[in-house]
Amino acid sequence: MKVPYYPGCTLHERALDFDVSARESARALGIELEELPIWTCCGAVFPLTTDTVMDILAPVRNLAYASRIGDKVVTLCAFCYNVLKRANKVMRDDPEKREKANLFLRADTEAREAIESYTLEDYDGQVEVLHYIEMLRDLVGFDAIARKVTTKLGGLSVAAYYGCTLLRPKKEMEFDDPEQPTIFEDFLEALGCDVVDFPMKTECCGGFQIVNEPDIAVACSQNVVVSALKRGADIIVTTCPLCRYNLDKQQEEMEKRVQGFQKVPIVYFTQLLGLALGIDEEHLDFSDNYVDPRPVLTEKSLL
Amino acid sequence: MEQRIGVFVCHCGSNIAGTVDVKRVAEALAKYPGVAYSTDYTYMCSDPGQNLVKDAIQEHDLTGVIVAACSPTLHEATFRRAGTAAGLNQYRVEIANIREQCSWVHQGEKEEATRKAIRVIKSMVEKVKLDESLDPISVPMTHRALVVGGGVAGIQAALDIANAGHEVILVERSPSVGGHMAQLSETFPTLDCSQCILTPKMVEVSQHPRIKLMTYCEIDDVSGYVGNFKVKVRKKTAYVDRDVCTGCGLCTEKCPARTDSEFEEGLAKRKAIYTPFPQAVPNKPVLDAEHCIYFEKGKCGVCQKICPVDAVDYEMKDEFVEEEVGAIVVATGYELYPVEKLGEFGAGKYPDVVTSLQFERLLSASGPTGGEVRRPSDGEIPKEVVFLTCVGSRDPENHLPYCSKICCMYLTKHAMLYKHKVHDGQAYYFYMDVRTGGKGYEEFYQRAAEEDDVLYVRGRISKIYEEDGKLICWGVDTLTGSKVEIAADMVVLGLATVPNPAAAELANKLKIHTDEWGFLTEAHPKLRPVESLAPGFYLAGAAQGPKDIPEAVSQASGAASKVAALFAEEEYHREPVIAWINEDTCAGCRVCVSVCPYDAAEFDEEKKVARIQEAICEGCGACIAACPSGSAQQRNLTDEQIFRMVTATLED
Repeated sequence: MKVPYYPGCTLHERALDFDVSARESARALGIELEELPIWTCCGAVFPLTTDTVMDILAPVRNLAYASRIGDKVVTLCAFCYNVLKRANKVMRDDPEKREKANLFLRADTEAREAIESYTLEDYDGQVEVLHYIEMLRDLVGFDAIARKVTTKLGGLSVAAYYGCTLLRPKKEMEFDDPEQPTIFEDFLEALGCDVVDFPMKTECCGGFQIVNEPDIAVACSQNVVVSALKRGADIIVTTCPLCRYNLDKQQEEMEKRVQGFQKVPIVYFTQLLGLALGIDEEHLDFSDNYVDPRPVLTEKSLL
Repeated sequence: MEQRIGVFVCHCGSNIAGTVDVKRVAEALAKYPGVAYSTDYTYMCSDPGQNLVKDAIQEHDLTGVIVAACSPTLHEATFRRAGTAAGLNQYRVEIANIREQCSWVHQGEKEEATRKAIRVIKSMVEKVKLDESLDPISVPMTHRALVVGGGVAGIQAALDIANAGHEVILVERSPSVGGHMAQLSETFPTLDCSQCILTPKMVEVSQHPRIKLMTYCEIDDVSGYVGNFKVKVRKKTAYVDRDVCTGCGLCTEKCPARTDSEFEEGLAKRKAIYTPFPQAVPNKPVLDAEHCIYFEKGKCGVCQKICPVDAVDYEMKDEFVEEEVGAIVVATGYELYPVEKLGEFGAGKYPDVVTSLQFERLLSASGPTGGEVRRPSDGEIPKEVVFLTCVGSRDPENHLPYCSKICCMYLTKHAMLYKHKVHDGQAYYFYMDVRTGGKGYEEFYQRAAEEDDVLYVRGRISKIYEEDGKLICWGVDTLTGSKVEIAADMVVLGLATVPNPAAAELANKLKIHTDEWGFLTEAHPKLRPVESLAPGFYLAGAAQGPKDIPEAVSQASGAASKVAALFAEEEYHREPVIAWINEDTCAGCRVCVSVCPYDAAEFDEEKKVARIQEAICEGCGACIAACPSGSAQQRNLTDEQIFRMVTATLED
């Protein structure tokens, strides 16, 4: 089965470990992630201004590209997922903005025809935006994944960190219960992990505050990491490159702030999936972390 | 028949005469075909004015009367009485509204207003020419009432109706009457013991000679109409012949199966064969087959063996009883908003985050802890307790938009009683507003804050999680604008009140309206608050909207007095100005049946035509507008009358 895939900028550059582990895992589960032939940045943040369509043109254009090759598009980065899904909802629910955005798409097509012979049809929100984890649940099935697991991750205590943008705003994202989500725990159970539930799994990692107000970002990340550690997590999985960066890299700072702080590796959930499916370690790339996950994985005899 | 119509133009002081040339109007109408007499007078509604009408009817042998005056909602009844007194059928007396719809809206335009008044009256003359003489509809009536729901509202309604001299059938779904009030510890603002004031009423309702109490029963079906309802009641299988049972309690004592007690809100266990609480009325057990070992494994049978009067019968099945009643009071009460929906507060997974009803049980002297406030998780006495209002209420974004009304007060009571029992404890009360509308309520709140040192914090709790045996509450104090974090031992959620979920299904069976949240809709929000729009149905208690005990009881008494007023007449009388169907032209398409909001239009399967049930029709006209063949007509407002009225209005 081929499924259109939107990697987004970060997975194309900084988070190659996320991208490659996801593609390889999907392949092992019988899904070919078909990268959109043309795509651009998703816009990174969904605009809060309500009186302009300019700000949603980037995600809409990507969705229109996706509509050329399929009826759904899968993405991994929590930010991309948030922006694409919400822009798609605008195209479905707001006829005025839909009309205006399509005027831009038409102008875009005219301008590009000469160079790329790639025309865009009018877009009305017909593509379904799926997160990779939803693809696993709905197109593969967690039960089916459990049956394909070759390396049981039993003995490895894993905490799933959701962050903000997968879940919120709840009426637009409709991803899971924004206060007590369980989709990642269900997934981890399918891999045979010892699932660690922790109350800070939906709290903010500090996000872009790391740029201008690093103190705030470290405090936020610390809150998440310490809470998971306290409940015995050997490892934390995320689905957002920025969350991963904050939770992982800021442990350097946490060590200074918290007495007796024990480091905990932060990996993408697809890396654990790949590990469970027996995918070659070179595709999973555990080398790009500040806190190296390899010692704990080795200790649990998983590497 | 030769028509001799009288026209009486009222000046209403200067209200009409100041704008309309009333003399000219009366003169113009005197010349109109069919008008035998036309005059004007300063105040037609005064005694001399009414006498003017009466005398003219007799003197001029009038066949119809038009009073051109104010809106018919004000004096139609007045002039119809005058007509009747003078021997004219009241439905041949009509009002032409030349005040609200003419003089008041055309001030300063005397010429136009006068011409309009003439047209308005002419059109009414055309109507009266074709008016039939009608008699009010009389329907036989069963002078017995059904009350659905045996909480305090249902109990009060049943007692009031019975004490007014009428028979009552009180149907309660659970094994005992009492409702939520029986679970409460003390009541605000007087701190009366809830059970102590309720149980005498429960006993009274079971012993009243005119009340037939049917507990563990549900309404299966209702048909008929006001004065003549047929009700099918399902007697749920109790597996105990409650007529034979003496209530000795041996079966409960020996029963080996245990499950969560509904009455104790899951804080204690009950047996599979049980009475919900010691003061239950009737004090006779029912067997819960779902948790019974005999029904699960086919073995046990202890209750049957031990029963000294052989009342236990495992073969028992549901029984159905038909009852005839004339009026129905719906008092199905409320439930709490499901705690599972509050993910931010743990969605029910932390045992020490309790619902308000659970906390009532912890405070109650008859509760699982004997009235000591102890944590469900470990039985410790909590030293820091957070009370949170508006949980699910006033939150249109995530939950319910409405105010549940009672939570501010009962949480104040909770915090106060907690402080009375745990002197060194700290009570935090988080609120959006403390709403204390009610007699003695504000004083009660002041007492909690000032004398009992309850700490009132204006703000919300955003998240609760467990850490090192404490419930960490993240919140905000919106008066200081600062974040607060409390490590509490226990949290009490003032959950929103929602209508009993089973009430929606019942409302469907009864064909009465509910609002979008499932609360029963009253006929008028201000002036008819205890009646349903459907005749013969009355509303009492929290089924209509969140209510505290005094309000629920008042509404129940109000509903009961409405029933008593209905039953005061031998027969049920109603306006005859309703729809009827010409069976000769009706094609049987049933459009009228589908549009009738009162279910008054029915289909006669034998004759294959539609028919209007006179006792139910409210004369709204929906079927008349919808009928494709014109077979549905309104009495005294037929199509022909309307056409003639329109024509008369358009003629100069």
